[in-house]
Amino acid sequence: MDKPYAIEMLNITKRFPGIIANDNITLQLRQGEIHALLGENGAGKSTLMSVLFGLYQPEEGIIKKDGKQVNIKDPNDANALGIGMVHQHFKLVECFTVLDNIIMGVEPCKFGFLRKDEARKKVLELSEKYGLMVDPDALVEDITVGMQQRTEILKMLYRDNEILIFDEPTAVLTPQEIDELMQIMKGLAKEGKSILFISHKLNEIMSVADRCTVLRKGKCIGTVNIADTSKEELSRMMVGRDVEFTVHKDIAKPGEPVLHVENLSVASKLHKNDAVRNVSFDVHEGEIVCIAGIDGNGQTELVYGLTGLEPVKSGKVMFKGKDITNAPIRQRSIMGMSHIPEDRHKHGLVLDYSLEDNLVLQRYFEPEFVNKAGFLKRNAIRQYGCRLIQQFDIRSGQGSVTSVRSMSGGNQQKAIIAREMDKDTSLLVAVQPTRGLDVGAIEYIHRQIVAQRDKGKAVLLVSLELDEVMALSDRILVMYEGEIVGELDPKKTTVEELGLYMAGAKRKEGKK
Amino acid sequence: MNREKERTPLIRRSGFQSLVASLLCIIIGLLIGYIVLLMINPSGAGNAISTIIENFFTYKKPKTQLKYFGSTLVKTAPLIMCSLSVLFAYKAGLFNIGVAGQYVVGAGASLYFALAFGMPWYVCLIAAILAGALLGAISGLLKAVCNVNEVISCIMLNWISLYLVNILLSQVKEPTSPYTFVLSSANPDAVLPSMGLSSLFSKNQYVTIAIPLAVIVAILIWILLEKTKLGYELKATGFNKNAAKYCGMKEKKNLVLTMAIAGGLSGMGAALLFLTGFEQWSCTQSAIPATGFNGIAAAFLGGLNPIGAIFSSYFIQHITVGGAYVDKTMYSAQISDLISSLIIYLCGFVFFFKYALNKRLDQRAEKKAALKAENAADTEEGGEDK
Repeated sequence: MDKPYAIEMLNITKRFPGIIANDNITLQLRQGEIHALLGENGAGKSTLMSVLFGLYQPEEGIIKKDGKQVNIKDPNDANALGIGMVHQHFKLVECFTVLDNIIMGVEPCKFGFLRKDEARKKVLELSEKYGLMVDPDALVEDITVGMQQRTEILKMLYRDNEILIFDEPTAVLTPQEIDELMQIMKGLAKEGKSILFISHKLNEIMSVADRCTVLRKGKCIGTVNIADTSKEELSRMMVGRDVEFTVHKDIAKPGEPVLHVENLSVASKLHKNDAVRNVSFDVHEGEIVCIAGIDGNGQTELVYGLTGLEPVKSGKVMFKGKDITNAPIRQRSIMGMSHIPEDRHKHGLVLDYSLEDNLVLQRYFEPEFVNKAGFLKRNAIRQYGCRLIQQFDIRSGQGSVTSVRSMSGGNQQKAIIAREMDKDTSLLVAVQPTRGLDVGAIEYIHRQIVAQRDKGKAVLLVSLELDEVMALSDRILVMYEGEIVGELDPKKTTVEELGLYMAGAKRKEGKK
Repeated sequence: MNREKERTPLIRRSGFQSLVASLLCIIIGLLIGYIVLLMINPSGAGNAISTIIENFFTYKKPKTQLKYFGSTLVKTAPLIMCSLSVLFAYKAGLFNIGVAGQYVVGAGASLYFALAFGMPWYVCLIAAILAGALLGAISGLLKAVCNVNEVISCIMLNWISLYLVNILLSQVKEPTSPYTFVLSSANPDAVLPSMGLSSLFSKNQYVTIAIPLAVIVAILIWILLEKTKLGYELKATGFNKNAAKYCGMKEKKNLVLTMAIAGGLSGMGAALLFLTGFEQWSCTQSAIPATGFNGIAAAFLGGLNPIGAIFSSYFIQHITVGGAYVDKTMYSAQISDLISSLIIYLCGFVFFFKYALNKRLDQRAEKKAALKAENAADTEEGGEDK
């Protein structure tokens, strides 16, 4: 009954100096199935896909297409075999229309003149057939992320690709958009397309995939039928031990308010309207307040305003009873505000500095690390670095002198968390603290955040991940278009209701 | 915990790589220079290139050699200062192309204080540092407050300072020539003391404390960058100014401070040359002195390391002076500048070579690892292919 294989990657081994990225991995994709590829960061998923696309040549192993051995030397070969990929970060030209983006590279021409009419017809046919609603004449920069993704899918279909690879496609979507994507993927599979779905979100794999191959540390752990497995089993295969999905925490015991925000507005850099409009809320000792919302609804600017990275336009920010609306960043930090920034490479780390130099980034000016003449106390910095590395289990090639650039994303994030949590803080502002991390690291970071709360610190968490919001928060504030449109109790609400608030379909009663 | 550091092979060390890359640049530069000479006049090319490299060794007598070695050193001191200025700003993420203008105002201030006010050398030296620092700070302020790109403001200020200094120094020039008064006769107090150094170089009167001063400043800059809180902040700002802002460093203040220090270094460089009396300022010159710009090349050739800058500055000065000895009957007078600029131009490729070298090494390591693994597999399977 089983359909024949569309693509087989048999016993693939790819070595890099010092590590084996893929160790004898076999991945077989049937025609018309949705096959999930699951693994932590650094498990070898990207390497395997790069081998499939001809970016790397495997040392051992063969690739078969429809049962025949093929030699993929570069991405052009992969395209010729009908393999297409939707990347996590879309590869679209923002100032081109949807249609222009779809035909880019394979423009239908006659005597050097573009013939867009044929292309338009084909695109419209495809979008109807697979239920991919897009406006071919809209500019990419004007359409939603979901539509951009559909444009990417159409790009693959337009090239008559039979094998479609989705690289973490749901990371940027709202819950409603994710549902739509799942439907689209199922539709594509029904039409005979073979889909490889790379993800580390177990819920999505469980709901959409037929089979799943799990990688761990470069090795293939196994391929299972989704119908015969469970979330727990998949996560055990992926991490190699049991993972707790529910974050254990006691009931919050909120104390005095630590942060008090009153009618805060922050200007936007992108448009004339304010990014944050007239926002007011409190964060108390010993509670985790979570700001939920779809990316780009003012959360970033709100945090910039609170932490002092951008000036606020109007309103007031009180921290431990003091007005810090216009206080410099250093003062806020010394007063006890810690900030795990949204973008760890942009703000959180000096990538070309060593690990120990990054760990003292918020404290290097303290007498512990610098003498009166302005010379750094290198020994003290080394000791401090080693202590944090041990305490927070930060793994790196050469210990405290490792260049942070060479460390994995998860360990870079751990370094930031170690730095921000070790300092004497009363408020922790954590923005997307688990972005791009794998299950094991997420579990660890969640526990750290709850531990901070239990120590009586106030935590303001900004997250786009609904699971994280539901698991961690004691109170949820939903932001939509720069305003707080709802305050919810995670125990009394559902993901669906939260989604409606996030999409702006529902608003707190009593507010305009 | 495993505290022991793993030993990196010599060829992988950054310092060694910089040295190899710099030497490679020099060799290729000389080679291209040689080819150009061949094209212009094949018969004299070999001679000319060796003359450039020989510089003062052209002279037969060791005593004369020593004297002209001293002269090369005299001109090296300002170049070291200019390259320090460039690399210091570069570490903080700024491209100080205003080094030339800061050098010019340093010359103007030191000579004017010496010749118009009759001040002693140390006052003139401080005046030059302050003038350079002020000019640097203007570019820094423009960037910090109005977000004006420092390259643009620096280039404009280069020309503004050149003509202002020309006007200023016209008041202290000799009536019949465009040159400023000879320092040693107009104000001997303003000449930098020699502290007996001149006798070491066959009584070359221009050899003064300028040379050891420049070396000391280079070491101080190295200490400042590597060992102090200020250096930590400045480099963090240079690597990632967003992170510097995030952790509360005053990035705008640091920006102005960096440019002021860089400017002060260039200004001091000018004083270290003009206060020896080795050169007089020509008040009609319409080109910015090349020393400042050569400082950019020296900074990169020295691998952006203050100690490296000492040696790279000497080398650049060595071939520039050497170029002056090229046979003028075979080549036009500009040939020396052409050859030295070719070599200096190649100096810009230090980082490219470093990058290429690392890439080669990575590839080789990868191949080796693959081969090793293959051999291991072969022995296991009993070498089936044979």
